[in-house]
Amino acid sequence: MILDKIHTEKMFLYYSEKVALKDISIKIPEKRVTAFIGPSGCGKSTFLRSLNRMNDLIDGVKIEGKVMIDNINIYDKNIDVVNLRKKVGMVFQKSNPFAKSIYENIAYGPKINGINDKKQLEEIVETALKNAAIWDEVKDRLGDSALGLSGGQQQRLCIARTLAVNPEIVLMDEPASALDPLSTSKIEELIVQLKEHYTIVIVTHNMQQAARISDNTAFFYLGELIEYDKTKTIFTNPSKKQTEDYITGRFG
Amino acid sequence: MTKKNKVKSSKAQGSDSQPSDLIDITRKRFRVGDFLAEKIIKGVALLSITIIVLIFFFVFREAFPIFNTSKEVKKSPTELAKQDTQETYGAVTDVDSKGTGQETYGAVADTLVKKDKTPAKGTYTVNAGSGTDDNKSALNTMLTKDWVPVSDKPRYGILSLIIGTFKITLISMLFAAPLAILAALYTAEFANKKMKEIIKPTIELLAGFPSVVIGFFALMVLATFLQNIFHYSTRLNSFVGGIAMGIAAIPIIFTITEDALTAVPRSFNEASLALGASKWQTAFFVILPAATPGIFAAILLGIGRVFGETMIALMATGNAALMDLNPFESVRTLAATIGAEMAEVVFGDTHYNVLFLIGSLLFVFTFILNAIAEFYVKGKLMKRIQGK
Repeated sequence: MILDKIHTEKMFLYYSEKVALKDISIKIPEKRVTAFIGPSGCGKSTFLRSLNRMNDLIDGVKIEGKVMIDNINIYDKNIDVVNLRKKVGMVFQKSNPFAKSIYENIAYGPKINGINDKKQLEEIVETALKNAAIWDEVKDRLGDSALGLSGGQQQRLCIARTLAVNPEIVLMDEPASALDPLSTSKIEELIVQLKEHYTIVIVTHNMQQAARISDNTAFFYLGELIEYDKTKTIFTNPSKKQTEDYITGRFG
Repeated sequence: MTKKNKVKSSKAQGSDSQPSDLIDITRKRFRVGDFLAEKIIKGVALLSITIIVLIFFFVFREAFPIFNTSKEVKKSPTELAKQDTQETYGAVTDVDSKGTGQETYGAVADTLVKKDKTPAKGTYTVNAGSGTDDNKSALNTMLTKDWVPVSDKPRYGILSLIIGTFKITLISMLFAAPLAILAALYTAEFANKKMKEIIKPTIELLAGFPSVVIGFFALMVLATFLQNIFHYSTRLNSFVGGIAMGIAAIPIIFTITEDALTAVPRSFNEASLALGASKWQTAFFVILPAATPGIFAAILLGIGRVFGETMIALMATGNAALMDLNPFESVRTLAATIGAEMAEVVFGDTHYNVLFLIGSLLFVFTFILNAIAEFYVKGKLMKRIQGK
């Protein structure tokens, strides 16, 4: 049986006074890839970022309703945000490796979690890089700056960095939108592999990508969740007119 | 698309047979405004560069005679005669009557002694003109520990001044750099918007604070206060001076560090927080290292400020040229020496030349500092951080 890792109930999000997300109720299953699609500004990224409270960094964001992860409301008063973010990792649209060496980039997460044993760190770094399918490309130059890598490599490095802290959920905000087709396909392959161990939520503008890699797809429009179903259903037999219009390319 | 456009435009041209509608690009036009603006800017820029070069030239030229030890006395009789009639400090009569063994107020007296009488045996006979023997002995005394430029037997131990300067720079940086950097880190990463709007302008205002006021404060308040805490014997010393200069350097280091920290991409912040790092871990392990080149530059500028600082050095350091590493002893800095003595010195004198040599040294040190900043920051640090 598949458990629901994340579910939200009647969630509203406001930027100051403006409503950005309206009445979102969704159940995201464990160890599956869930894709969010929709035109720009529809709130899918905002929603994604509210799942590990990255929106806290923005002034004036207010959230109502329930956002449950493992049946715990993450917006409760006594939630430890730092640990929440360890549990719910995130990969950003623009690859953002630190201005450190490749090794240090990966080791940073474990280090701040108190792992200082060199041997153990090396193991973690190797595993993370292997899981992110970049080990073979960088194993000979772990001491080099991560900023010297290509865009696709940097993004996989960021995925490796996220994996190194061993999260349960990985949120991906358009991880391949700035990459060439080859790097994109590598990242897609990677995502499909990763769902064995992680619950993955991915925001994408690329509908083929959503169709290729996701198990479930949610369609957002103007801050509302229009339709949410099995990916196959969404792309072959959507129940809402708006969804159909969007995926057939009539707008967006 | 482009093809279509071309077709369209050619059509337009064809049907619309008036070429006056088109912008003429075939004739090159002379634009007076542009020309003048360019020339004026160029002229002003060249002028300022020339002024700087001339200052360099002047300082080094005035310092140069000190190395001139080979030639014969180059003074013409008229010059010497002129010097004879120069005003004295009143010590001359004294010297004349009592003999020459005594220290006098310096140059002129010596000259008179030498001119009018045959010098007594055992006295240091070289006068304070720019004689070559004098330069030789001046050079010889430079590595000694005494700075006694005005005496029968002048000694120019610049080494003690250099050590004093470095000592006070070190003290001030040890005091100012951590404070300024932490303050900048707080302002850039932790302070809320309102706080930031208060802190930043306030500290930047302090950068324009007259150093004489800081010196005054150090002299009257800080010195007593610190002495009460640390119970050292010399009230004005390099420690007090260093702290006071640190106060002068903090705003500079703060401002540039804060800019460097703010310039670190916000995405680093997000990435780190998303990995489950706390705010301070992010600030210390991600933001601070990423801003290293900027912070390095900030510290170098701070050092430059302390290095050239004259007023505070004059007022708060005790001004005794001691060759000593103890931070609680008085020191005398290079800049303070120039500041204190340049107005009193005889023009063209060895002492005068030595002061210019000190000026040149300051130039050279600052130059080295800037060179380090340029090469180290732009070369090594940037390479390490940007991976190029």
